[in-house]
Amino acid sequence: MATITGPGTPGGRPRAQSPHLSKMERVVVSMQDPDQGVRMRSQRLLITVIPHAVTGGDIVEWLAQKFCISEEEALHLGDLLAQHGYIYPLREPHSLELRPNETPYRFQTPYFWTSTLWPAAELDYAIYLTKKNIRKQGALVEHEKEHYDQLHKKINHMWDLVVMQAREQLRAAKQRRKGDRLVIACQEQTYWLVNRPPPGAPNVLEQGPERGSCTASRVQMSSDFYKREIEFSRKALGRTRVKSSICLEAYLKFSSQHSLHDPIMSGCLPSNPWITDDDTYWAMNAPMVAVPTKLRVERWAFSFRELLDDPVGRAHFMDFLQKEFSAENLSFWEACEELRFGGQAQIPDLVDAVYQQFLAPGAARWVNIDSRTMERTLEGLRQPHRYVLDDAQLHIYMLMKKDSYPRFLKSDMYKGLLVEAVIPLETKRRVFPFMWKRRHSSPSPALLPTSGEPPAPSSAAGGGGEG
Amino acid sequence: MCDQTFLVNVFGSCDKCFKQRALRPVFKKSQQLSYCSICAEIMATDGLHESETLAALRSEAESLKGKLEEERWLQDLELEAVAERVEALGQFVMKTRRTLKGHGNKVLCMDWCRDKRRIVSSSQDGKVIVWDSFTTNKEHAVTMPCTWVMACAYAPSGCAIACGGLDNKCSVYPLTFDKNENMAAKKKSVAMHTNYLSACSFTNSDMQILTASGDGTCALWDVESGQLLQSFHGHGADVLCLDLAPSETGNTFVSGGCDKKAMVWDMRSGQCVQAFETHESDINSVRYYPSGDAFASGSDDATCRLYDLRADREVAIYSKESIIFGASSVDFSLSGRLLFAGYNDYTINVWDVLKGARVSILFGHENRVSTLRVSPDGTAFCSGSWDHTLAFWAVEPAPRSVALACGCLCCG
Repeated sequence: MATITGPGTPGGRPRAQSPHLSKMERVVVSMQDPDQGVRMRSQRLLITVIPHAVTGGDIVEWLAQKFCISEEEALHLGDLLAQHGYIYPLREPHSLELRPNETPYRFQTPYFWTSTLWPAAELDYAIYLTKKNIRKQGALVEHEKEHYDQLHKKINHMWDLVVMQAREQLRAAKQRRKGDRLVIACQEQTYWLVNRPPPGAPNVLEQGPERGSCTASRVQMSSDFYKREIEFSRKALGRTRVKSSICLEAYLKFSSQHSLHDPIMSGCLPSNPWITDDDTYWAMNAPMVAVPTKLRVERWAFSFRELLDDPVGRAHFMDFLQKEFSAENLSFWEACEELRFGGQAQIPDLVDAVYQQFLAPGAARWVNIDSRTMERTLEGLRQPHRYVLDDAQLHIYMLMKKDSYPRFLKSDMYKGLLVEAVIPLETKRRVFPFMWKRRHSSPSPALLPTSGEPPAPSSAAGGGGEG
Repeated sequence: MCDQTFLVNVFGSCDKCFKQRALRPVFKKSQQLSYCSICAEIMATDGLHESETLAALRSEAESLKGKLEEERWLQDLELEAVAERVEALGQFVMKTRRTLKGHGNKVLCMDWCRDKRRIVSSSQDGKVIVWDSFTTNKEHAVTMPCTWVMACAYAPSGCAIACGGLDNKCSVYPLTFDKNENMAAKKKSVAMHTNYLSACSFTNSDMQILTASGDGTCALWDVESGQLLQSFHGHGADVLCLDLAPSETGNTFVSGGCDKKAMVWDMRSGQCVQAFETHESDINSVRYYPSGDAFASGSDDATCRLYDLRADREVAIYSKESIIFGASSVDFSLSGRLLFAGYNDYTINVWDVLKGARVSILFGHENRVSTLRVSPDGTAFCSGSWDHTLAFWAVEPAPRSVALACGCLCCG
């Protein structure tokens, strides 16, 4: 079938340059606005006067006002602008940092902007270093000397060209006014500080491994592609969408319900181990602790998922179900989870075991599933795969959630657990350093002996909120 | 094809109808064939028919997409309006409580162990280290045969770790305390991609791993055998992040990529069930809201966004004019009220999820923040940075009475 690569293919056009560079440029351009920008002044350097300079302090103040941020944040932002070479200090231009005082700065010429993404070739760097070397002996700093020597070896065959270019550029520069010469030298120096950062300075150009190089980006706009898009859109349009106000209310409810259980929002008792170096909090909330805390027992009432996620909660629920003679439901559910998340090799045996124990007619722990689901499940068992019990599992899960779980919450057992639950006393932070508590190490989970039976797969923290 | 003159210089058997005719060269899928004039005519009109169908399909796809966008934006209330009833949060004093220094190079990724104190971290020079962050002791270290280990994960049992990067693979290392055993000896190569590994995560057990890769796909693997259980195709470019849903019954996860899309997948069928495309640049990080009904994303466009799965749309944007650099990593506090985001400008911004406002900005790193995760019990969060360190942040608790007043629906 013929295929056409569309003009607007995601991978067809080149990847947009880092968005932060263009945003920085917009900031720098508005800083130079004659009316709204930073206050410009002429800066006297020895006997030369450089126009259009700004002070570091003015930059910080302008940024703080423009973006309604603190001085600390404004200084940080300004410093980043300097690090990326968009502003440079007129005096001591060997480090690109912003000082929030009378230090004079100027804006880099767009010719040298980082976003031009020139390759900053070795030849150019060699010429620059040679110029520096010629202009003043010993002007090269340590790392520059190293680079100079390296380049001298590497592109030795071009060295005559390098020296000639350097001399020509210096000669041309001498034609200009002293002020211009100084500014151009600063601009060039800034450019090279960004492209060849001295050791210890962050390399702002480093981006990490290249992205967007995969062939997946060259999508073929074939009729298959459009057919898939159409099917996807049709499905999406057919989906019932919940009103956003309902969803948003759900967030409010969830966040307020969980607020007291969120250590960052409400602290934790007896104390946050990271702050007081006391790990009692973890000991009291260990996965299989004998007496759970009050907050923990309360969480079991938030949703069925929260109850099942907690090993202590689940154990008590199992006890409750045993009293009601429906413990096989939870055991079945656990076995299904084991199948879903288990190893590929174990699937046939697990499915068989589940069938024998829970689904076969006359099974020891037969689960009560509606006939249609049972039929479908038994049919699927002919070719067992890890999702073959999904329907049955869902049915039993819903049964427990709608039936057993609410009864558990109303039961004397649960009420008793709430009463017995512990509310830890707060321990204050030790103020004096000599009372600093030694941090206990704990045994690594990798050291714990494995029990005979494979443990029920522990579930992730956080549960599904009831809608 | 109408106004071309054809030079007949061959007489033979037509490649299509096999009749003996005067033949002319035609090109089909860059392969040269010899057709008789009748078959050539038929091919020309077929082609025309085909491109007409293609154009019709394209316009249908586009109009449906347009309808979908319209429906998504039909909204009744904004999050801000709803959240007006909630009290604003007070000041949080968030300080670094631990700093782990031991990586000799940029820290790229970290993950918490379920014991709430151990972590695994990986760096650019190939080192993967397991720490007990509470005591700051290193417990295990392994050097991968590749650089830029961009993904690492702790197994739910705490007995193994997974990691990968520029080697295009995801490998599982069982953690052993045996002095005689070399950790690298027991290494198991599980996932194989055709480009770098950007993210990996164990599912609910040690036996399955979900991976995301620069080759534009995600994949689910059986750890024991290394078998590919399911692959997920649909992203138009590198996939950079993924997160598993904490939902009750479902098997879904969300992924974000360089195609600016966040896609929700059904692990069982391999199909994309929902997609969101409102970011303006690469999506570096996705994380589910604790209830599982929504997820947040952080992108190079310097914004974080919240997408609701039931409403099927973006419901909030967390951005500020002064924030120019991309967000590399996001995570929620336990209650979902706070969103912590690490940025490429070396800072961490803390957002009030409900009100959309920034609560505070944290300076603590000297290079970009590459990874950020809240601990499993929400007592602290960890940020890893290109400045070679990992920092652990915890909040000085506000006095009890203030804590009760905020975030509560009944007052305000």
